[in-house]
Amino acid sequence: MDHRIIDQQLDHLRDKILLLGGATEQAVQRAMQSLVERDSELAKQVLEEDKIIDQMELEIDRLSIEIIALQQPAAHDLRFVISVAKITPILERIADHAGSIAEAAIILNNEPHTKNYVDFPIMAQTATEMLRSALDAFTSEDAALSREIIERDRLIDEAYRRVFSELLEMMIDNPAATTGAAHLLFVAKHLERIGDYVKDICELNVYLREAAFIKHRYGSPTPPSE
Amino acid sequence: MGSATTLFGRRRRLTNTLMTSLTAICAIFATAILLLIVSYIAVRGISSLSFEFLVGTPKPVGEGGGIGNAIAGSAMMTLLAAVIGLPVGIAAGIYLAEYGRNWFGNTVRFIADTLIGIPSIIIGIFVYTLVVLPMGRQSGLAGGLALAIIMLPIVARTTEEMIRLVPNSMREGALALGAPQWRVSLNIVLPAAASGIATGAMLAIARVTGETAPLLFTALNSRFYNLYYDQPMSSLTVQIFNYATGPFEVEHAMAWAATLILVGLILLINILVRFVTRKRF
Amino acid sequence: MQTKISISNLDFFYGKVQALHGISLEIPEREVVAFIGPSGCGKSTFIRTLNRMNDTIPGARVEGEVIIDGENIYAAGTDVVALRRKVGMVFQKSNPFPKSIFDNVAYGIKINGIHSNKTDLKDRVENALRNAALWEEVKDRLNMSAFGLSGGQQQRLCIARALAVEPEVVLMDEPASALDPIATQKIEELVVELKRNYTIVIVTHNMQQAARVSDRTAFFMLGKLIEFNRTDKVFQNPDEKLTEDYITGRFG
Repeated sequence: MDHRIIDQQLDHLRDKILLLGGATEQAVQRAMQSLVERDSELAKQVLEEDKIIDQMELEIDRLSIEIIALQQPAAHDLRFVISVAKITPILERIADHAGSIAEAAIILNNEPHTKNYVDFPIMAQTATEMLRSALDAFTSEDAALSREIIERDRLIDEAYRRVFSELLEMMIDNPAATTGAAHLLFVAKHLERIGDYVKDICELNVYLREAAFIKHRYGSPTPPSE
Repeated sequence: MGSATTLFGRRRRLTNTLMTSLTAICAIFATAILLLIVSYIAVRGISSLSFEFLVGTPKPVGEGGGIGNAIAGSAMMTLLAAVIGLPVGIAAGIYLAEYGRNWFGNTVRFIADTLIGIPSIIIGIFVYTLVVLPMGRQSGLAGGLALAIIMLPIVARTTEEMIRLVPNSMREGALALGAPQWRVSLNIVLPAAASGIATGAMLAIARVTGETAPLLFTALNSRFYNLYYDQPMSSLTVQIFNYATGPFEVEHAMAWAATLILVGLILLINILVRFVTRKRF
Repeated sequence: MQTKISISNLDFFYGKVQALHGISLEIPEREVVAFIGPSGCGKSTFIRTLNRMNDTIPGARVEGEVIIDGENIYAAGTDVVALRRKVGMVFQKSNPFPKSIFDNVAYGIKINGIHSNKTDLKDRVENALRNAALWEEVKDRLNMSAFGLSGGQQQRLCIARALAVEPEVVLMDEPASALDPIATQKIEELVVELKRNYTIVIVTHNMQQAARVSDRTAFFMLGKLIEFNRTDKVFQNPDEKLTEDYITGRFG
């Protein structure tokens, strides 16, 4: 049953995006690690590997377009290829944000150590876990899990607001720490953006599974045709 | 490339050449026989041909004479056969093709096929019993009737076959436009099959023109021009028979000439068929 | 969306063999409905029940109703000739008559007595040929044999011939399957153009064709109607697994 011409290409595509997902996960996790453990070497590695991620994105783009042009995928196959084509740039942007975090880490590591903030590690942890779960949900086409992950983004947003106020306070109290705090603010922003992107991935997971677009809908999902 | 020069390739080419030559020889053989017959007849018969021969009537041996009345008689009886056999045969053929897929059609078809297989002399005897005896004498009518009976099943079956050859898709195309069945048969099927039917008809005519046996009992023969159907009538075939089996050499020569005329006539009919039914649409 | 043809519980038998099982669906007016399905699934048999072309097959029997404009076409006393004028048909292999191009198109007009005089006949023939996107190509050779046209042109001629009798529904049984891609494209464009004025039902074994030209798609299998939905739904997210398996090429 699964020996159509298109199956080989779909499997290929699936392998590539899972690889990309793994590389992105690793980038985010390592970027945060390079910041918290003050490891600039690790940060440089993240920046190097971002180039590989960019290549992967191009590869996936090429393959998805080829499948659409030559195989005329329908129904689930079609939704799969579309989802992959839309998730791939999201992953690449997440990786870019990870790269920016790594850059910030390099700069911050040259500064004296600033206090560890409670919410920072929580934000980082939530973000990386959300990303991992979202990729798992993509693989298993788990719409329920995807919806749950979307809810979890609230936590990141809340944590971001707290970090924002804390850092602001810190800058007011201790003007010498302003540079450091400013960079940390950006890191927090990157994490918050990563959370939003993971939400986008989950919306596409739901589309893949249910053929419903829940993006930009502030209520119940709508099927593509009525 | 490869296979033409390998061992197997050479063997194949040899077989191909052999078979092609064999079939060519057979074709030449068949054609040659026909040409031989026609030219032999021509050579033997051409010397006796003359205008007198074509329009005169048989005379006592040595006085010349001709086959004019025989040609006329054959024409008249063939005409009668055609007038009866063609319309009935074609109509029967149409019926069998368009409506005859039932037990009745099958029965008619079976009878027609059987009739075609009956030796023509038996048809002659049949008509003798039914027409000549009650009438008290042989006649052109009986002769024509016998020929009609021979012609009818042939025309019916070839007409049926030709109509069947009209592709069903054509019928469906007409039906789908809102044409009733009879219109489809008349406007679409019949014109499409027309050339085939005409061919069948003319070939049946050519066939009966060459019949001798049925005419022996029914039309007998005559030494005179006869323009009435109720009298014995001469015919080309019977006349040839008489001349050929007569004791005199001069009669034999006339038989050859008459044969040449007969063959010429049949050839003419066939050429006519080809011309009339050439493809236009 | 007005319903043009309503089919209720249609069963069809070839003698003892049942070819269609309990088909029910509604064909909307002035839309294109495509029928897809593997070979032998009954889609051609089904389309022929809509203009009673199956009547010509000995042993054919129909149970159930086919209602066109409120009347059951299988009711006793139905005027089948009038039905076939209203519901025209184009066949898989083009079947022009052995007549001139003009006479081919004029045939239906003449036998149905539609035209009022010679000029009217000429106008109607020209209209039909224009509607079939064939006029420009044949206007200078109307008296030539229809067989001189290419395959694609012959098929458009058959469409013109069908349109000439002013049908309301046009049934098309795999109209492009014997044609090359360019000719096929012309036929497809024609179908999309025609639906402005006619209800079109098209049988096709080419799924992409169904996806390209139809508004609704019906999927048949083994004589049963498996799914009937808007075309974009069928090709993006069909209701039935069987439908999905078929259109993604998992069988037949």
